[in-house]
Amino acid sequence: MSEREVLELLRENARYSTADIARMTDLEESAVEATIESLEEAGVICGYQPVVDWDELEDERVRAEVELNVMLDRETGYGDIAERLARFPQVTALRLVSGDYDFDMEVEGDSIREVSQFISEKVAPVPEITQTVTHYVMTSYKENGIELGDGDDDDRLSVSP
Amino acid sequence: MTIDLSERVESVGPSGIRRFFEIAEERDDVISLGVGEPDFSTPWAARDAAIASLEQGKTSYTANRGKRELREAISGYVDDRFDLEYGADEEILVTAGASEAVDLAFRAVVDPGDTVAIAQPSYISYEPGVIFAGGEVLPVPTREEDDFRLTVSQLEAAGAADADVLVICYPNNPTGAIMTREDLEPVAAFARENDLTVLADEIYAELTYDGEHTSIATLEGMRERTIVFNGFSKAHAMTGLRLGYALGPAETIGAMNRIHQYTMLSAPTTPQYAALEALDTCADDVREMVEQYDRRRRFVLSRFREIGMPCFEAKGAFYVFPEVPSGWSSEEFAETLLEEQGVAAVPGDVFGEGAAGHLRVSYATGLEDLKEALNRIEAFLEEHEPIASSADP
Ligand SMILES: Cc1ncc(COP(=O)(O)O)c(C=O)c1O
Repeated sequence: MSEREVLELLRENARYSTADIARMTDLEESAVEATIESLEEAGVICGYQPVVDWDELEDERVRAEVELNVMLDRETGYGDIAERLARFPQVTALRLVSGDYDFDMEVEGDSIREVSQFISEKVAPVPEITQTVTHYVMTSYKENGIELGDGDDDDRLSVSP
Repeated sequence: MTIDLSERVESVGPSGIRRFFEIAEERDDVISLGVGEPDFSTPWAARDAAIASLEQGKTSYTANRGKRELREAISGYVDDRFDLEYGADEEILVTAGASEAVDLAFRAVVDPGDTVAIAQPSYISYEPGVIFAGGEVLPVPTREEDDFRLTVSQLEAAGAADADVLVICYPNNPTGAIMTREDLEPVAAFARENDLTVLADEIYAELTYDGEHTSIATLEGMRERTIVFNGFSKAHAMTGLRLGYALGPAETIGAMNRIHQYTMLSAPTTPQYAALEALDTCADDVREMVEQYDRRRRFVLSRFREIGMPCFEAKGAFYVFPEVPSGWSSEEFAETLLEEQGVAAVPGDVFGEGAAGHLRVSYATGLEDLKEALNRIEAFLEEHEPIASSADP
């Protein structure tokens, strides 16, 4: 379906122009625009962001993956805890996962100090949270399906049969 | 003293592609639309299988015809994908690229003085292959108004009824043309009536964007007179691994194997492991690459339409074949475009008859480069419009 195809192309590169998407799919440009609009309105597309390789920047950016264990009670469900945590701007991703722990939380800050403080002062004290394990990201090799670092050189002959 | 070269070799010059490559290599800011191989790397699973085979020390020769498991996998694959039924024992030969298979076929079926009709524009290796085998080439031009499909009237006009062998390649390099079953029927009938052996280069079979590829060998009465070439270079992005294969009647494949066992012994071993894995587990990778090519194909066709360069709707391989404006030869256009805009596209003439006034544009290149290249071609056309039209008769 065209919705799927448009979504796939935007996931490949959200900066493809609607005209280019139309050329690639043989859809009318107006149809592409309408499709994107309806995907946005339906909440399927929630936003557009660049994929950043922080190692290429001077400024430090500290990121951590935090495992959270929680204890639920009659009044508090996963959704309530998640809502509370997701409000913090330091939290960039939050997912309920299967396995040894409950939430997988990504946190970002300008320094290790800032991130540790956030976890010890804002996250750990939440009464339902029984344990946190913090993993600082040392190097990232791939983000959102894009490999970071120097791209592969094209070593093909420039003209070949 | 100099070593006296054979007349056969001396009669074949270097390819026009090579000449154009040398011009393109002199510049370093070139966006190339001249590349005849995938921009993707071999699917990782296939590379990994090759590495694993090396780690296990699997570096000896294989059977002359290729590893048995690989021939079995090929047999299953071509049946599944193209309804081609060939037995692993006697009807499949694994070769060092489809290139070797094409060469073996010429040497196995062409006697000195035999005429080999070649549907053109065509891949550049057929003609020299025929000459090296001692045969005579009969070009059969196809026409843009036929969407570069081979027709019986073109075969008749060229005198192909008297030929011994007919070479076809669909999906086609350089035009991107495909031929459906209906298109192939009359050609097959012509081959049967005139007792032609057909060599069908189907290396781009997977890269068919409109319907499914039909092999001429599946048409009635064609199996016994056809040799099919395919390989892993294009669909599986394995050009540098040099692995292809031929399918044909047992006796013909046996004859090709006789040459192969003396001249090649066996196709390279490591790529055979990669190929086996590719057939076993990489169908999704192929589908994904085909999807990418198809998007680029649509993009490029739309852009040529927008900038006013006529371009028939190519539905296969990874080429489109636009027409240069009147007043230009394809060579002049390609060289000036390269010089002024740094865009390399191969002049059609290097692919034989029926190709004059066209460019081969490969879209085996990332979309950003395609966008930029088309923008530059647009600028080029704008700049030259007055000159082109004043040169118009
Ligand atoms: C039509 C055609 N046949 C055969 C080949 C050679 O294929 P291989 O790499 O399998 O030798 C090519 C490569 O460009 C081709 O375009």
